Amino acid sequence: MDTTDRFARIAETPFTTSNARGLKFPGRGGKVREVFDRRDLLGLLVRRDLQARYRDSVLGFLWTLIRPLVQFLMYYLVLGQFLRAAEGIPQFAIFLFAGLTIYSFFAEMVQGSTTSILSNAGLVKKIYLPREIFPLASVGAAGFMFLVQVLVLLGGAIVFQALPAPVEMLWFFPSVALILVYGLALGILLSALNVYLRDVQYVTDVVIMLAMWLSPIVYAWTMVSDAFQTLGLPAWAIEVYTDNPITLAVLGFRKAFWGAGTDADYPDNLLLRIVIAGIIGVILLVISHRVFTRLQGNFAQEM
Amino acid sequence: MVVSPVSGPVVVRVDHVTKKFTVRKDNSLKERIVHAGRRGRAHKQEYTAVDGVDLEIHAGTTVGLLGPNGSGKSTLLKLIGGIVSPTSGSVLTRGRMAALLELGAGFHPDLSGRENVFLNASIMGMTPAETTARFDEILEFSGIGDFIDTQVKFYSSGMFVRLAFAVAVHTDPDVLLVDEVLAVGDEAFQRKCMERIQRFRSEGRTIVLVSHSASQVQELCDRGIVLKDGAVVFDGDVNDAVSALRDVLEGRRVGDTAAHDSGKPIEITRIEVLDAGGTARDVVPAGSPMRVRIHVQAKQAQPTWDMGFSIDTPTGQMVLASNTERLEVALPALAAGESSIDFTIESANFGPGQYFVNANVWPGVPEQTHVMWQGTRFTMEHDDTSIGTVAASISVA
Repeated sequence: MDTTDRFARIAETPFTTSNARGLKFPGRGGKVREVFDRRDLLGLLVRRDLQARYRDSVLGFLWTLIRPLVQFLMYYLVLGQFLRAAEGIPQFAIFLFAGLTIYSFFAEMVQGSTTSILSNAGLVKKIYLPREIFPLASVGAAGFMFLVQVLVLLGGAIVFQALPAPVEMLWFFPSVALILVYGLALGILLSALNVYLRDVQYVTDVVIMLAMWLSPIVYAWTMVSDAFQTLGLPAWAIEVYTDNPITLAVLGFRKAFWGAGTDADYPDNLLLRIVIAGIIGVILLVISHRVFTRLQGNFAQEM
Repeated sequence: MVVSPVSGPVVVRVDHVTKKFTVRKDNSLKERIVHAGRRGRAHKQEYTAVDGVDLEIHAGTTVGLLGPNGSGKSTLLKLIGGIVSPTSGSVLTRGRMAALLELGAGFHPDLSGRENVFLNASIMGMTPAETTARFDEILEFSGIGDFIDTQVKFYSSGMFVRLAFAVAVHTDPDVLLVDEVLAVGDEAFQRKCMERIQRFRSEGRTIVLVSHSASQVQELCDRGIVLKDGAVVFDGDVNDAVSALRDVLEGRRVGDTAAHDSGKPIEITRIEVLDAGGTARDVVPAGSPMRVRIHVQAKQAQPTWDMGFSIDTPTGQMVLASNTERLEVALPALAAGESSIDFTIESANFGPGQYFVNANVWPGVPEQTHVMWQGTRFTMEHDDTSIGTVAASISVA
């Protein structure tokens, strides 16, 4: 390009400002647009994550499936058959795998994002990129693994003839959207905190492990509501348990793939609960991004 | 150096920028809790890396940021690049910006060279279509050849750097930030980088360069900014900037150890570089005779004693050293008080650049050796007929 053309073009370009509140591009849209403009890079980062993960392993991509399937078999045998959780739950295999699939999506989003900034330290320290792109790439990679598992789940549900009526399968969208919002909110927040305090990633691992038992994934929601009644707990206790966004997402997701359930298997007004939890989730996402923006100014120095 | 004929629009404006860092000595939850409250403050330390800097950089100029270690020049470059945000003040930039990453920092070892080119180019803001269009050029510039489809972890470090550089220079940046990366690679590769940067200059691109090498900055830049303790102490013509840098360094580095008493029986007080005529020189032409004069102070008379010197590059590589033992010269008995000895080098043929002179002295027993590191500095000058670590006159038949 000719020098004068270049100068003329630069002279017309508005300035990008970087101050104590972070870096701001001219024009509207803020970070969302900035990340959207870099979607090619986001795609490449997701691909890099996935490609690099199983490079040089003989089974390669099959590992994406082996791990969840082994986990599934373990719960199916130990909890379902030995401890008899499967009794009273028709199509227990699909019931269980649906819950595990959406929960492992959440777990992978959060765990992947938490370490994402640190594991890209080389880039963060040397070049400006909208840093949100790193947790987003982890979410993207987790999303891909999730879709593969959903295909397996769908295949299994077809084989076992467990699918509900097609219109019921629309539950897939609100429940996945809900888990995505919470996964993003937590992932973005934790990725930034982990730069300053490395304990965050270990605490996250422990909490993710525990949180699985707080939602009806390997057991049924009805078992909890029954148990709460037997124990004589007040009515709000079951509401608190149910309105955990992960629980809501698990229930909604199960509705989409597990046709054997009846209305008694789910709390009332499930969709309304999901919508409210979703709105709260979006607010949390905005707050967590604010915190991220504040903290990112010193990322390069803290690593 | 040639100053661009057209003065372009402002591409970078640094406005009263201050950057403070809090240095914590504890990085885990346990330590934070243990040191919470009042004791926590003892584990925090604040320091100012960049202190109220104002700058404007016009398009088409090549600016060198100079200064001793810890003067804030790399932080300033990071502030311009948006990698860190200022504590107060603001940085305004425009145009497409690219940073020469340190040794291909964006490369993933498990991916092939080709995949890494696309990833790295995308990091620098190119679309996949643009990268595809320029891929052959990048490949040719890097000289990687068929290895492009091999995983990057099998590359030699040279191949790695060449590929990283090839990507960076093909991203069509308006502003290129360069941080010391030109110090890597062999001389031929460094030349290639220099030529590329010269071409960038002629194309009206803006380059901001951080370097320890004053000669490199002199060769490439038309404006030099010298920083000291986070503040700009000089901003202007590059040759004046280099001498301003010398003054800053002089106060800091040269003769650092001169002041205190080491307790050794003989001490070096001063080192000088002289020409054949005995005049003190800062600049020595390659191939000319030079003298290293070492001044010593003896507490008492010494019947036997030895002395040596060495000449280092700024990176600490020794280029020449000798001493009276090697030369099998017995020095005359040393009287108490001050005296000096000259080492004469018949023909100094070092490559162009800066050199430091160290010296040591010992009275018979090596345990009593006194060393003065970097007692003085000189610049070796050579014509443009050759490059490399030694200078020579070359003819072609």
